[in-house]
Amino acid sequence: MFKLSEIIKSIAVSAWFMFLTFPILVIKVNTYEKTIDWRWKNMILIGIASFFLSFLWRYMLKQKEYGSDKKKSKASSFFKNTVKNPKFYTSSIVLILCLIIAFPFVFSIYQTNIMTSALMYVVLGLGLNIVVGLAGLLDLGYVAFFAVGAYSYALLNHHFGITFFMALPIGALLGAFFGILLGFPVLRLKGDYLAIVTLGFGEIIRLILENWNDFSFGPSGIANIPKPSFFGINLSIYETTTYMYFIMILLVFLTVFVVNRLEDSRIGRAWIALKEDEVACQAMGIDKTKTKLYAFATGAAWAGLAGVVFAAKTSFINPASFTFLESAIILSLIVLGGMGSIFGVITGAFIFILLPEYLRAFSDYRMLVFGAAMVLMMVFRPQGIIKKRRRFYKISDSGGKKQR
Amino acid sequence: MNPVLEVSKLSMNFGGLKALENISLDIFQNEIVSLIGPNGAGKTTFFNCITGIYTPVSGDIFISSLPQKTEKENICGLKPNIITKKGMARTFQNIRLFQNMTVLENVMIGRHVRTHAGIIASVLKLKKTRNEEKKIVDDSYNILKKTGIENFANEKASTLPYGAQRKLEIARALATEPFLLLLDEPAAGMNPAETIELGLLIKEIREKENISILLIEHDMKFVMNLCDKIFVLDYGKKIASGTPDAIQNNPVVIKAYLGEDFDFDA
Ligand SMILES: Nc1ncnc2c1ncn2[C@@H]1O[C@H](COP(=O)(O)OP(=O)(O)OP(=O)(O)O)[C@@H](O)[C@H]1O
Ligand SMILES: [Mg+2]
Repeated sequence: MFKLSEIIKSIAVSAWFMFLTFPILVIKVNTYEKTIDWRWKNMILIGIASFFLSFLWRYMLKQKEYGSDKKKSKASSFFKNTVKNPKFYTSSIVLILCLIIAFPFVFSIYQTNIMTSALMYVVLGLGLNIVVGLAGLLDLGYVAFFAVGAYSYALLNHHFGITFFMALPIGALLGAFFGILLGFPVLRLKGDYLAIVTLGFGEIIRLILENWNDFSFGPSGIANIPKPSFFGINLSIYETTTYMYFIMILLVFLTVFVVNRLEDSRIGRAWIALKEDEVACQAMGIDKTKTKLYAFATGAAWAGLAGVVFAAKTSFINPASFTFLESAIILSLIVLGGMGSIFGVITGAFIFILLPEYLRAFSDYRMLVFGAAMVLMMVFRPQGIIKKRRRFYKISDSGGKKQR
Repeated sequence: MNPVLEVSKLSMNFGGLKALENISLDIFQNEIVSLIGPNGAGKTTFFNCITGIYTPVSGDIFISSLPQKTEKENICGLKPNIITKKGMARTFQNIRLFQNMTVLENVMIGRHVRTHAGIIASVLKLKKTRNEEKKIVDDSYNILKKTGIENFANEKASTLPYGAQRKLEIARALATEPFLLLLDEPAAGMNPAETIELGLLIKEIREKENISILLIEHDMKFVMNLCDKIFVLDYGKKIASGTPDAIQNNPVVIKAYLGEDFDFDA
């Protein structure tokens, strides 16, 4: 393993890293005394670290190429057997349910709040996953539907006093409506072109909200959006937070239920086929237009729903909350978690939203760590943390029974 | 009796290239018909035109799915999915399976056009939808059995051997319940044993399912043994048509194939 050529390669890598990090880690300008500190020690540390890490890197790449199958089989078969064991299965579900219910009572308001936003991103992720992960339509303007949901609650409440629970379905429907509205012009577009146009659409919605003062109150946004009421009882801040948390939990369950059903249905299969091969899909009699619009509408509906919750949760919204960055985050969490897989998207959302919160301690480096983690993921596990498995149909020859 | 497919004076251009010029052809119920011709003659383009993938420049395409009863219907310029719904299904020369879906799922996609569950029905999953789903699985599996690839049912389509992939294309097309099956070089890349099997399968489809077949093929022995009627294209023009015997002895056809390493007795 330690051939000369490899050592030379590693030396080159470490030299390159020393050069790259030179301006940030070595030079330090002391603005008070107007002197420059040369921190050569950092350079040496970087050199040594990258030298050894480059070996690890190559070793992992090799592992990925061939060794992985063999090693996996033992560990993963043990894992699978444990998971498949019905006792383990039911007990772990009960455990998770207990954890979910206990969470807001055990942890602080702050933690519950963060968890509620993570759950909101689960819903957003699952919605976008319909469009991107299943139907293969790269939508970079997804945040627009989130904005539609949020503003529909804020404005309807402001003008007509519509309550939160009435706004939920309205937000979802309006989201779906805008999904179709966007869907029509981009039906013929694919891949990069689709991405660009949807990105543009997202920005248009934001710019309209920013500039149409009479309608949306412009950049100053809308404040005092009421939290959901609990049968008319006044709740304390702590109670409202807990209440929001449980509403969000229910919405996540609803989303998972619906998306799971859809994925496994006639429509869901059509979406996946559309992603695989559009021409073959049409030749099999699938209406491309309809199927795409269905995907845009069902995907956007969840964003609308999440938007209503967002408005209620923060009780203040303005266009700045709906920038392209949000779309990018939602898309990244899908990619990180595992495109097309429900469990993957949930995992992705938790990692993507919770990790940066808890990494706040290292606030200077958290984006760096995060970026590095994303790059590593793409190299070593491009399919995401959880890989989507195709469904297995068990067929007995006599009739035809199917099971998971 | 009407022909199941009647194409009249079909033309197609790509820029200046006349890919098809005034092609007329008809296929009657229960016939196996072949379309042959040298590379680049326009055979695949012909398929693409009659299945709606391309819109022809001029010409008419009539179908009558129930030749005894129905009037003929012009399908020229309709969308591919509508044409499939009307009962014409095809395979592709360069295999176009849904690679990351399982073999069974590929066939289940073919059932899409004959089933109904929408979004709301799929979410509620009431009895009707459950039964439909079950029927989709059963029907698809039966089609796999018919084509002899049921052993691969739960495998990813991309992992199949080449011959089985070609068969899966046929299975998927059959799932749409066509009255006319269009096969674009179904035997390409198959070994001799597989080719013979394929010939039997095609005959069986014709007999048991009452489906007419139009196929493009370069394997002359295969074509001559299987087909009732042959049309020959060259540079976008129809240069001959007739029974296998007539075609084999037609000097125009022989000339078109000269210079290529084709041997009718091969
Ligand atoms: N989309 C297209 N754009 C431009 N030219 C095309 C297109 N499709 C086909 N052609 C041209 O039309 C002619 C006929 O092509 P076609 O694929 O129909 O031939 P073919 O008979 O199927 O040949 P092969 O036996 O090699 O499959 C060729 O000259 C081809 O280059
Ligand atoms: Mg061809």
